[in-house]
Amino acid sequence: MSIPLDYEVLRLIWWALLGILLIGFAIFDGFDLGTAILLPFIGRTNTERRLLINSVGPVWEGNQVWFILGGGASFAAWPPLYATSFSGFYLAMFLVLLALILRPVAFKFRGKIDNPLWREIWDWALFVGGFVPALIFGVAFGNLLLGVPFHFDDELRAFYTGGFFALLNPFALLCGIVSVAMLTAHGAIYVAMKTTGLLWERARLAGIGASILTAVLFLIGGVCVYFFVMGYTVSGPLDHAGPSNPLRKTVEMSTGAWIGNYRSEPWTIVAPVLGIAAPLIAAWMLSRRRPGTAFIASSLGLLGIIATPGLAMFPFILPSSSDPNASLTVWDSSSSHLTLFIMLIAVVIFLPIVLAYTAWVYKVMYGKVSPQLFETNRQAY
Amino acid sequence: MSDLDVVDLSRLQFALTALYHFLFVPLTLGLSVILAIMESVYVMTGRRIWRDMTMFWGILFGINFAMGVATGITMEFQFGTNWSYFSHYVGDVFGAPLAIEGLMAFFLEATFIGLFFFGWDRLSKPGHLAVTWCVAIGSNFSALWILIANAWMQHPVGSRFNPDTMRMEVTDFFAVIFNPVAQSKFVHTVSAGYVTGSMFVLAVSAWYLLHGRHIELARRSMTVAASFGLASALSVVVLGDESGYTTTQNQKTKLAAMEGLWHSEPAPAGLTIFGLPSQQSRETRYAIHIPWVLGLIATRSINTVVPGIFDLVGEAKQRIHRGIEVYAAVQRLRADPKDGAARRIVEEGQGDLGYAMLLRRYVADPTKATEQQIEQAAWDTVPNVPVLFWSFRIMVGLGFYFIALFAVMFFVAARRELDRRRWLLWVAFFSLPLPWIAAEVGWIVAEYGRQPWIIEGILPTFLAASPIPASSVWLSLIGFVVFYTALLVVDLFLMVKYIRIGPTETWEVPDLAARQAPPGGILVDRVSLHPSPTLTE
Repeated sequence: MSIPLDYEVLRLIWWALLGILLIGFAIFDGFDLGTAILLPFIGRTNTERRLLINSVGPVWEGNQVWFILGGGASFAAWPPLYATSFSGFYLAMFLVLLALILRPVAFKFRGKIDNPLWREIWDWALFVGGFVPALIFGVAFGNLLLGVPFHFDDELRAFYTGGFFALLNPFALLCGIVSVAMLTAHGAIYVAMKTTGLLWERARLAGIGASILTAVLFLIGGVCVYFFVMGYTVSGPLDHAGPSNPLRKTVEMSTGAWIGNYRSEPWTIVAPVLGIAAPLIAAWMLSRRRPGTAFIASSLGLLGIIATPGLAMFPFILPSSSDPNASLTVWDSSSSHLTLFIMLIAVVIFLPIVLAYTAWVYKVMYGKVSPQLFETNRQAY
Repeated sequence: MSDLDVVDLSRLQFALTALYHFLFVPLTLGLSVILAIMESVYVMTGRRIWRDMTMFWGILFGINFAMGVATGITMEFQFGTNWSYFSHYVGDVFGAPLAIEGLMAFFLEATFIGLFFFGWDRLSKPGHLAVTWCVAIGSNFSALWILIANAWMQHPVGSRFNPDTMRMEVTDFFAVIFNPVAQSKFVHTVSAGYVTGSMFVLAVSAWYLLHGRHIELARRSMTVAASFGLASALSVVVLGDESGYTTTQNQKTKLAAMEGLWHSEPAPAGLTIFGLPSQQSRETRYAIHIPWVLGLIATRSINTVVPGIFDLVGEAKQRIHRGIEVYAAVQRLRADPKDGAARRIVEEGQGDLGYAMLLRRYVADPTKATEQQIEQAAWDTVPNVPVLFWSFRIMVGLGFYFIALFAVMFFVAARRELDRRRWLLWVAFFSLPLPWIAAEVGWIVAEYGRQPWIIEGILPTFLAASPIPASSVWLSLIGFVVFYTALLVVDLFLMVKYIRIGPTETWEVPDLAARQAPPGGILVDRVSLHPSPTLTE
């Protein structure tokens, strides 16, 4: 069977799709993770907390699929990435899984027993379920930029040689806090769209603070990458349509190398500029009491913040700090030509359908949540 | 226990998390369709009791669904965390159905489950019905893609080994999707889910009838459950036979182990209904045979031999010998990718490559294996016979029991005699756990029976695990078990609580409340949905 798209093009498309899935995850699931982080702080009474929970209640389950799909798509399109990163980040991943397991049950179980202590437990479970994944995803991104210690044996079995605590270095933690701040801001803006009164006012203030913090920390992160972080570059020949074997190239490390792509392709500067400007615009819009516009700005900010490291690292997707030649790149760690093509067809068919019915669900649930909901809908959380 | 290595621990963790996950999956599969059926009746007849039924069973569905999602998240990532070499080796084939499952099925199911609960007062009747059907269709499609992935592990079609990338790659995606094992597995598994959902509704309704509560709702629910359950139970057994038929084509050793069949029998082989198989002495003692039956079921002919374990081990030994040559060619090719002769050997003989890998348990370089090690590796292809023999018999026995139970319930319900047969209601009530037992032992037959392979004939399980410290896996294993068990306890507690509360009065007005006021349930606080202090029980 002849495949109408080149291997090289398909790899590029799938690199972009991986980014789109991550951005989709951040925009959709990001606001309900952020809402969960804010829950114990801006919700003071049970009614307020129920309002917060029910503002994401009808949609969080669908949103979470972005994460599941991200896992599945990396498995299908980038098997070496899926295999190496998840086994390498074993304990971090275990914590993320525990936190994400808490979420569905916390949503469902919280309101099922009328007892303040019971509710308090599940409220904090929701907080953990929002905070821990947000933090760890950011920490993971930080470690991607730094490179991760792993190598392959000649059967291409990946060995990770770092420990769990090595992941918690200062730069990665900074990235973790950026991630928490941006998702908290995103959640606060969503809450501001869906509520009224005191809750609205508190969400608005939280959103302004978190948005500004996001922009500042992201800028500091950028400065670190420019001056201190060792970047990677492919120094030898690398066939863009060659077999996916990451042991057939040479790689060099140097400080500031991650800035190289921005020098050679100046248009890519759009991403970091968006990452700084959009959260500030979101804060400004919130201060002018326009949460709808702020939500769009915040979404663009997430796009910029996630695209920035992705573009900086290209073509790397998982650099190895202990054996740079074994780093995973777009050109040597994908699925086969045929699999990438089939998966692309699946995405082209199904992703628009998913987006269409998701939009319909949001349309049906459009509007602010108010305590009347608890009287008319007996199945609310 | 402390001498368990990382492979054993990862296997244990995968088995336990999968078995936990499958406590919730079959009920989701079955109950989602039952909800859609009930709501369809509501929309067609306009009778409110059918909406109340949908809402009441929907609450229990929601509690179960949350647990299914929670335990399912782990499954999607465990291949990467604990089975990294598996992920590298077969991700090109195995990852695709998993990703399509998310895209096509799980998104559908998870997006509409929110509207199922929140959309009652925002959607028209047909609109909400469509949402409920989307949830049911989504969960069933989800099962389809997961089982396509699983079927490929049982019967790896449409792919080949690529020596340049040292992994399996897709050659024919349609062969992977239309894998005959996937088709029969899908129908078998979703039917088992329908049986589980039906049994759940049947048992809870029986309990209400026995206590004289919610009679109208329980009687109607029972009718739905008995008829849907009967059709599903028949389908499980009939298509279980289909699954057995495909097994004989692909996994002869599994079939022989399930039957405790050590030596090939002249066709048509007899079916062993009882016996005591022993792995040590390699025989099945006290066997009681029914002549002809196995041969007819397994081969659908009267003159095809069903091979026994000794013959299959002999066959495996030959494949190991051939595999060693292919293995050596792969080594040469790795040193020199331009070695055309070696490439040809790999191309032609790759079907046996996995058999050489079995030797890696005993020797680092299979080309240096002794005859005794080859003998050992060949016997490793035999799964645990007594476990398979008994698991299979429990599953099949329960399958026939379900047909009988649903048939009787259907007959009695049709004659409107449910109230007069109290003993039968007790039987239905106490049958509640049985579908779960059947489903779990079914998975033990399927997965434990595939050992020593993680991909049948392609990759041995012991080579597939991530090279991570055993201490990390101990930590996650204990963490998952403690965590899941705690959640399971809460889940069961809430299920029982909401079954005891039953459908609330507010739902049953007006056409029911008038007729069965006192026994009909509990007063609830309209705001919190919790029982009010003045209980009327």
